Formats: sequence, C-alpha cells, structure tokens
Amino acid sequence: MNDVITSNEQLLREFILENYLFTDDQSKLNNTDSFLDTGILDSMGILELIYFLEEELSTKTESAEMLPANLDSINNLLAFIERKAA
Amino acid sequence: MCGIAGIVDASTDLSRPISEIMLKTMADKIKHRGPDESGFFCSEQVGLAHRRLSIIDISNGQQPMHSISGDISIVFNGEIFNYIELRNILIKKGHRFITQSDTEVIIHLYQEYGIDFVQHLNGQFAIGLWDNKIKRFLLVRDRVGICPLYYSFEKQRLIFASEIKALKPALVDGLKLDKEALDQIFTFWTPVSPNTIFKGVFEVSPGQIIVLEKGRLNQFTYWDWDLSNENLSQNSEEQLAAELHELLIDATKIRLRADVPVGAYLSGGLDSSVLVALIHHYGGVPLRTFSLNFEQAEFDEKTYQTSLINHLQTEHSRLKIKTEDIAKNFVQTIYHTESPILRTAPVPMGLLSSLVQKNDYKVVLTGEGADEVLGGYDIFKESKVRHFWSVNKESNFRPLLLKKLYPYLTLPDSGKATYLKRFFGESLDQPDNICFSHFPRWTTTAKAKHFYSADLNAELSGRSMESMMESLPSKLNKMHRFNRAQYIEAKSLMAGYLLTSQGDRMLAKNSVEGRFPFLDHRVIEFANKIPPKYKMKGLNEKYLLKKSMARYLPKEIIRRPKQPYRAPDMKAMSGSYLIDELRYHLSKKELENNGLFDSDKVSFLLKKADSSRPLSVSESQALVGILSTQIIIEQFIRNK
Repeated sequence: MNDVITSNEQLLREFILENYLFTDDQSKLNNTDSFLDTGILDSMGILELIYFLEEELSTKTESAEMLPANLDSINNLLAFIERKAA
Repeated sequence: MCGIAGIVDASTDLSRPISEIMLKTMADKIKHRGPDESGFFCSEQVGLAHRRLSIIDISNGQQPMHSISGDISIVFNGEIFNYIELRNILIKKGHRFITQSDTEVIIHLYQEYGIDFVQHLNGQFAIGLWDNKIKRFLLVRDRVGICPLYYSFEKQRLIFASEIKALKPALVDGLKLDKEALDQIFTFWTPVSPNTIFKGVFEVSPGQIIVLEKGRLNQFTYWDWDLSNENLSQNSEEQLAAELHELLIDATKIRLRADVPVGAYLSGGLDSSVLVALIHHYGGVPLRTFSLNFEQAEFDEKTYQTSLINHLQTEHSRLKIKTEDIAKNFVQTIYHTESPILRTAPVPMGLLSSLVQKNDYKVVLTGEGADEVLGGYDIFKESKVRHFWSVNKESNFRPLLLKKLYPYLTLPDSGKATYLKRFFGESLDQPDNICFSHFPRWTTTAKAKHFYSADLNAELSGRSMESMMESLPSKLNKMHRFNRAQYIEAKSLMAGYLLTSQGDRMLAKNSVEGRFPFLDHRVIEFANKIPPKYKMKGLNEKYLLKKSMARYLPKEIIRRPKQPYRAPDMKAMSGSYLIDELRYHLSKKELENNGLFDSDKVSFLLKKADSSRPLSVSESQALVGILSTQIIIEQFIRNK
C-alpha cells in the first residue's frame, strides 16, 4: 500500500510541478501548499486535475466531491484517492 | 494613412546641423505607410519628412506644406473629415487656399485660432507643426489614438515619427528595452501611456499636444473622455436612439470622403454590419467589403457575414486563415507592432489588409470602437455580474449569473462558493475600487510573469499596478462604475493595443488607411451622455445601438450572441505549427542571451504546448508574450 501511495504522490507532484509550476525542482512544491491560495490552478486547471485523477489514477470525482477539502493540495488529493479506493 | 518624421533642434549649437540624408533614412523606414510620394524640408532648427499615401487632392497635397508666408510648416498623417466645412468657414473669414487638401486647411486653421485649432478638427491625425515666427514646434495627436506618433527628447533635440523604427536612425544610443514597460505589458497588454517598450521613447498620448518652445518641452491635454455623472442625459430612450442614428449616419458619410474608392471590413458582428448597412443606405458609393474566415470553426463568422452580404448585395472578398498562417507571419507582424503582444490576433488583421491592397483599395471603414463607446464588451458585463455578486459574497445563487457569460462553466453543487470566488471573484471585496472591472483580466495576464528570470524579477520595481492607478484621473471616483470600466478600457486596451498593434500597424503595413465612424468624437461625446442603463440594458450589450439600427439589419445579426474577434493562439503556437524560426527565439541559448525569461520554465511551457493538453489562457498569453519580446529584442535592439 505504501508503494502505491508513494507512486500516486510522485505522479501528482510531477503533474502539478511540470504543468502548473513549469519546473522539475521538487523544492517548489510542498505537499501542504494550497493550490487556491498560491494561485497554482485556475478554473481550467481544476478540471484538468479532475481529468488527470480519472485517467491516470482511476479516481472518479463526483460533482459533490469538488471541494477544496478533497482537491486543494497534494496531501488532500492523496487522502481523497485513498478514501475513494477504500 | 501617411508617415511623418522629423527632428527639431532646440539648442543654439549649430555644430550639428540637421541632415536631409538622416531625414530620408528615417522616412524610408516607414515607406510602407506612404509609398506614393516623399517630401522633405530642412532648416537650421527643423527637419521634416513625409511619406505620402495619396487619398485626397492627389495632385496637390504634397508635404511638408508651408503657409504662403512661409512661416508655418507642417507634416501631417491622417484625415480631417470635416475639412470641406472648415475650408468654407475659413474662406468666409478671408483665407485664400491654393489646394483642395485637408493639410492646407490645418495651416489656415492654425493661423486663425492658434493652438486651439485642434478643437475644430474632426478626424484622425498626427501632426508636426513648426511656427517659425515664434520658434514653436507642436506635436498633436488625435483624440483617441488612431494615428500613431512617437518622440524622443535628448540633448535638446526632439526626434519624432509615426513609427519607432523611423526614430531609431536618429537616436544617438539606439533603442533599449524598458523593463518596467515590459512588466506593464505583461499586466495590461500595453504600456501605461506615454511609455513604450523602449526606454526614452514615448508616445504623444491620445488627446494631447506636445509643445517645444524656448528649449522646454511641455504637454497638455486638449480632449478627454467625459464620462462624468453630471454629463448624463435626461432624454428618453427613444430620443437618444434617434440622435445616435443621425450622428452615426453623418460620421459614416464624412468618412467616405476620398478621391480613391473606399471599402469596409465586414466581420459579421453587429458593429461592422451597422457600418456596411449605413454605407448601403446613405453612402452613395458602391459597397465593397472584405472579411476574414478561419479554418478553425470556433473563430469563424462566415454564416453571419453571408447573411449580411445577401441582405445588402455587397461585392465581397474573403481571406481564409489557416492555422499555419499565424506562425509563418508572426515575425514580420512583430516588426510592425513594435511592441510585445500577448495574443496572435493582429496577424490575421495584417493579412486582411494585404487582401484590401491586392484589390487596389487604400481605405476601409471598420467598426472598431463601438464596444468601447457604446458598451459592448464582456468585461463590462462581467463587471456587472461581479458587482451583483459582491453584494453577498457568500451567496450560492448570485454567481450563477456568470453562466450567462460563460455557458460552458461547470458549477459543482458543493464547494461552489470557494472555487467561484477564487476563479471569478477577483477583488470581490473591493467593488468600489476604480479598477474593479479590470482586476480579473489583469490578474490573469500577470500570471505570465511566472516565467520571468530571477534577474528580471530582481530589477523590476513591481509598481505596474501603481503606475496604472496613478495614470487614471481622480474624476473616475465620481463616475458610474460602468463608465469607469469604459474609461479604463478606452484609455488602455483600445488606445494601446487595439488601435495600434491590432489596428493602424496591421493596416499601414500594407499601405491601407482605416477609418472608424464609431470613434468620431461627436459620437463619443454623445455616447458619453447616454446613461449606462441604456448602453447595456440588463446584460444586453450595446442596447441603444441595436435599438437605433435594428431597421437596417437582419434579425439574426441583431440577436446573435457577441463573439469577440479572436485568432488561433494555442494551436498556432504548438506542435508542428510552431515553426523552427520561432522555436529558435525560444531556445535556451536565445532566452539566456536576453536574460528576461527563465529558460527552464519556458521549456516546460513549450513541452506542455506540444503535448495534447491545451494551454490555459494565461499560459498561452505568456508563450506569445515571451516569443514576441524575444523577437522585438532581435529586430530593434540587437540588430543595429
């Protein structure tokens, strides 16, 4: 289980870093950084993130689940993925 | 459209005479603006150069032109549409004319009224005028910024020209990038007037006169948009619609005055349709129209164009833009914009004027300005919705009105308030801020700054927003919020981008003159009086224009949803469309040479552009902005 979480974390971090922060410098993103507060994602970005979760991480997001508590940081996303897989 | 240039020496140092060769070199740089003739005048203190596009009094309108006494010398780019009426008034006052040209009218008008002559002009103009009797030189620009005019003042020498490329040969130290102006462009799409992207080079701001006298350079404003509450009319909707109708007929008719045939751009939108209909009914000239079509259906308006062409039976020419045309023509477009741009939309406009030229037309009427003058833009609508929302920021139903503007908007049932507030609620807590309407656009654009290099970030003052706020007059505080948005839009995006990079420059590059009936100052002054509720009734944009013009147009044109003019950005700047010539400017080596942008971040941006995932609006703007800045440096700074 640990390996899966690490892998998801890597995939998510890479997705955010490369596509929204335009860097591979790992120090530019903390797992607790809020995507909203830091302006990382715009309205299109949030939809792209949901698409990424579904296509790459097999996690489907329902409309009612589009909440910052689920989607607003790497840690929130990892917890959301874990809850959905349970 | 013509081209003017010149040098005025305010010093007593006669060891550096003004050279006619230099004047010719300057004028040659803007030959495209006036390929028909050239003329020069050189004295100890003043050198004037002119490139002419012959439109009125073709055989006698040569410039520089002088008064009969020889005291006044003038170079002039543009058109004075009321020159016939002014000429008649001046003749009654005893003036004698040698030519039929509008240029000569300006000279006599100056003799009659002095510096106030400009108040009498209805037109688009950039004027350099030397009064030898009192040793005074004037640079005068039209009210809204249709005709370009730039200058530099160094070592007591005023150097001026229609385009910056013509200034360059006369500048002792050449051109240097103004990084603060770059930062302003990466926020507002345009530098804050009078700045340009080049250090020490300024525009004569719209509605201003620059006076050089006794070695001192002064500027003053002779006209500005008066959108104050005190100015609002009490007349009924019907009365206002009738008055607008009459004014637009006259504004269009006098813009058909020319000794060459005049055509019109027809986009299929309301504004150009109104103009074409007015020409049809009142112009007394054959209807000749030109339009753009796009291979990508989302940008194309052919259905609406065809509807109007059939309705009015115009002789029409189309130019179909393929996605690859954007990148192929990008470098030469930037040579003409002389400024970084954030969208590719000027490129097709430059190609459209080549179609006009190929059809032997020199003049086109366009609908530019109607959205600013009569309240058409989505930014005005969005501002109204955001204001409605700001009354209760936590409301779940108020922001739903955004769907009227963005029908594709996905609104999740939960988390709605948080996400909507973040994405569309920029400055929602400052509804009374004078820039409330423009904060979302500026914030989106400014995301492009993420790609600045560390060095550039360290050098910048970070005062772009303050510079814009300081440039706005305090009277904005007393305006209706709709009118504030109009004022900011007219003074920033319209004057600094739409009329220049996307307007004059894209016309003049192919020796075509644009004329803009909606920017007739009588139309603007009238529209300024229209209460905001009639400009945009609810969320129905340009309501009064529709009401006054509905009788001439098919219903589908009046009722159609507004489609802003756009060209392919993302697709045209990615994958195989992004040709090697452009990729070269985005290479690590070139980016590091110029030092403005972070080459690693730009390479990730390019990687994203080349992938199947679309770029966001701000990312696409960043890519076009970075590329055009790199090209500007290559063309104007490194290329001596």
